[in-house]
Amino acid sequence: MQKLITWIDDRFPLIKVWEEHMAKYYAPRNFNIWYFFGSLALLVLVIQIVTGIFLTMHYKPDVNTAFASVEYIMRDVPWGWLMRYLHSTGASMFFIIVYLHMFRGMLYGSYREPRELVWLIGMLIFVALMAESFMGYLLPWGNMSYWGAQVIISLFGAIPLVGDALTEWIRGDFVVGDATLNRFFSFHVIMVPLILAGLVYLHIVALHKVGSNNPDGIEIKNNKRPDGIPVDGIPFHPYYTVKDIFGTVVFLFLFFLIVFYAPELGGWFLEKDNFTPANILQTPPEIVPLWYFTPYYSILRAVTWEWLPLGAKLWGVIAMGMSLGFFFLLPWLDRSPVKSIRYRGWMYKTALTLFVVSFIVMGYLGTKNPTHVDLLWFSNKTWSQIGLFVYFAFFILMPIYTTLDKTKPVPERVR
Amino acid sequence: MADDRVDHKRRRFLTGVTSGIGLVGGVVAAIPFVASMSPSARARAAGAPVEADFSKLKPGQMMTVEWRGNPVWIVNRTPSMLADLAGLESKLADAKSDVEDQQPGYAQNSTRSIRPEILVLVGICTHLGCSPSEKFQVGPDSGIETDWKGGFYCPCHGSKFDLAGRVYKGVPAPTNLEVPPHSFLSDTLILIGVDPEQEGAA
Repeated sequence: MQKLITWIDDRFPLIKVWEEHMAKYYAPRNFNIWYFFGSLALLVLVIQIVTGIFLTMHYKPDVNTAFASVEYIMRDVPWGWLMRYLHSTGASMFFIIVYLHMFRGMLYGSYREPRELVWLIGMLIFVALMAESFMGYLLPWGNMSYWGAQVIISLFGAIPLVGDALTEWIRGDFVVGDATLNRFFSFHVIMVPLILAGLVYLHIVALHKVGSNNPDGIEIKNNKRPDGIPVDGIPFHPYYTVKDIFGTVVFLFLFFLIVFYAPELGGWFLEKDNFTPANILQTPPEIVPLWYFTPYYSILRAVTWEWLPLGAKLWGVIAMGMSLGFFFLLPWLDRSPVKSIRYRGWMYKTALTLFVVSFIVMGYLGTKNPTHVDLLWFSNKTWSQIGLFVYFAFFILMPIYTTLDKTKPVPERVR
Repeated sequence: MADDRVDHKRRRFLTGVTSGIGLVGGVVAAIPFVASMSPSARARAAGAPVEADFSKLKPGQMMTVEWRGNPVWIVNRTPSMLADLAGLESKLADAKSDVEDQQPGYAQNSTRSIRPEILVLVGICTHLGCSPSEKFQVGPDSGIETDWKGGFYCPCHGSKFDLAGRVYKGVPAPTNLEVPPHSFLSDTLILIGVDPEQEGAA
């Protein structure tokens, strides 16, 4: 065995890579529950790729056979139902994990210097993930698949001058049709997964260059022992590999509860309207994207102010783009002298709370009819407009309130 | 001759020219890939006109046919529906159908149609491409608003249109519903996709 390792190590940097990224990668010793979600995201990516490969063996990307082939997987393919439910549940769980992973970054300032690139690459992963799930959602060719794609592709039509040509180019037809389904299949199973894998690799390379942040937001590399090892660092393996195995077990327990007992999760993970084949003459009574897109969908629908130049439709699309774009700017919007929420003052804590509330409320309203009243007093549209205001204020006012905010002194060592 | 002397100026120039030509080559090589995603010859040929027989359509009823992959509505409007159209103008964003691309010239009138009672519309919301639903019931029973005069309501984002496909103010849809080119072959037969003869073929 030792001889084999030596033989390989003479030809490939096996031990070097292992030590750099596992056995001698020193991570802060104070990781808490929020630090499970990175490894869990990787786990779900693997689940999606593996189940996706097996679904591709039976799925047919053709408007005449796509819907039936999914039902064939569900009924006739041995264990096909499991592959599909793992994949559909995995998609939603991916977003839960990624949202929590991003929130962790906002809690502890993990996007701050020197981790700006880790954050930016992470945001690119998030955008790629949105594209991946959007295109994957068309594939079952249910009625919600069809109309959801119709609406989202029409968004590009709002762009002045080139809009119509662009939507035709994306669809490959004048309507969402066979050409669209076929290319979305190609993107969903080849292009975006390759991009995702590449970005995840870069995300980890960038992280391991600068080292992990921690709940105290203290740079452990500033306090090293004489032998160069951070005083507050522990090797990733075995300490955090064991911790992550525990997280994996807990996660898989919850994951399989959903897969086995509630794969549709009351319409939140698989929508009722998508159990009907696509019908180009009949829009479902409510077009609702899956829950992970509803906050952005609310933002799109909230912009109805006619006095805007070039029309409200274009600005709705721009607002939706900006709501993602602001996340990319986070490292430069935050001017606080401290990273972690533990040492920040009331202003940032209030702002972050309001932001989370607006995100969740808009997520809920995105599933409801805009003219109805589902919350107190105002119509859903008015509440979405309030939510949009809070969401944007969180980012736009950040340089001001993070500068004014009173911070607590940061200790030398992690707690 | 000193071999270690490097002409940096020349090296920068050559690097620049090589990168530039490589970039141009890359862009040229991308053209066929990008262009291959445009609608194919088959998709372009599929937009043939469609005939529809509306002889069974009673006043106040609507039928849907498929044209170029889109739903096209044919509505037989009652005299009272037509009478209500004029009273709505203050609530509409483009009551006079001034936005030109939304209808052929022969439908740029108060009923947005060739024959007053027969309305032909592409049933796709001008906001984001959902298909609005028919809400012909008047008044509070419609579930839209108390003085609703009948029309179309888009379930996706709440856009409202009257019974001539004209968009209401204060909704996300920017323009009226599109009237497709159409002509009458006989009293009960309509051809969607072709203008009336005096206008020339579409």
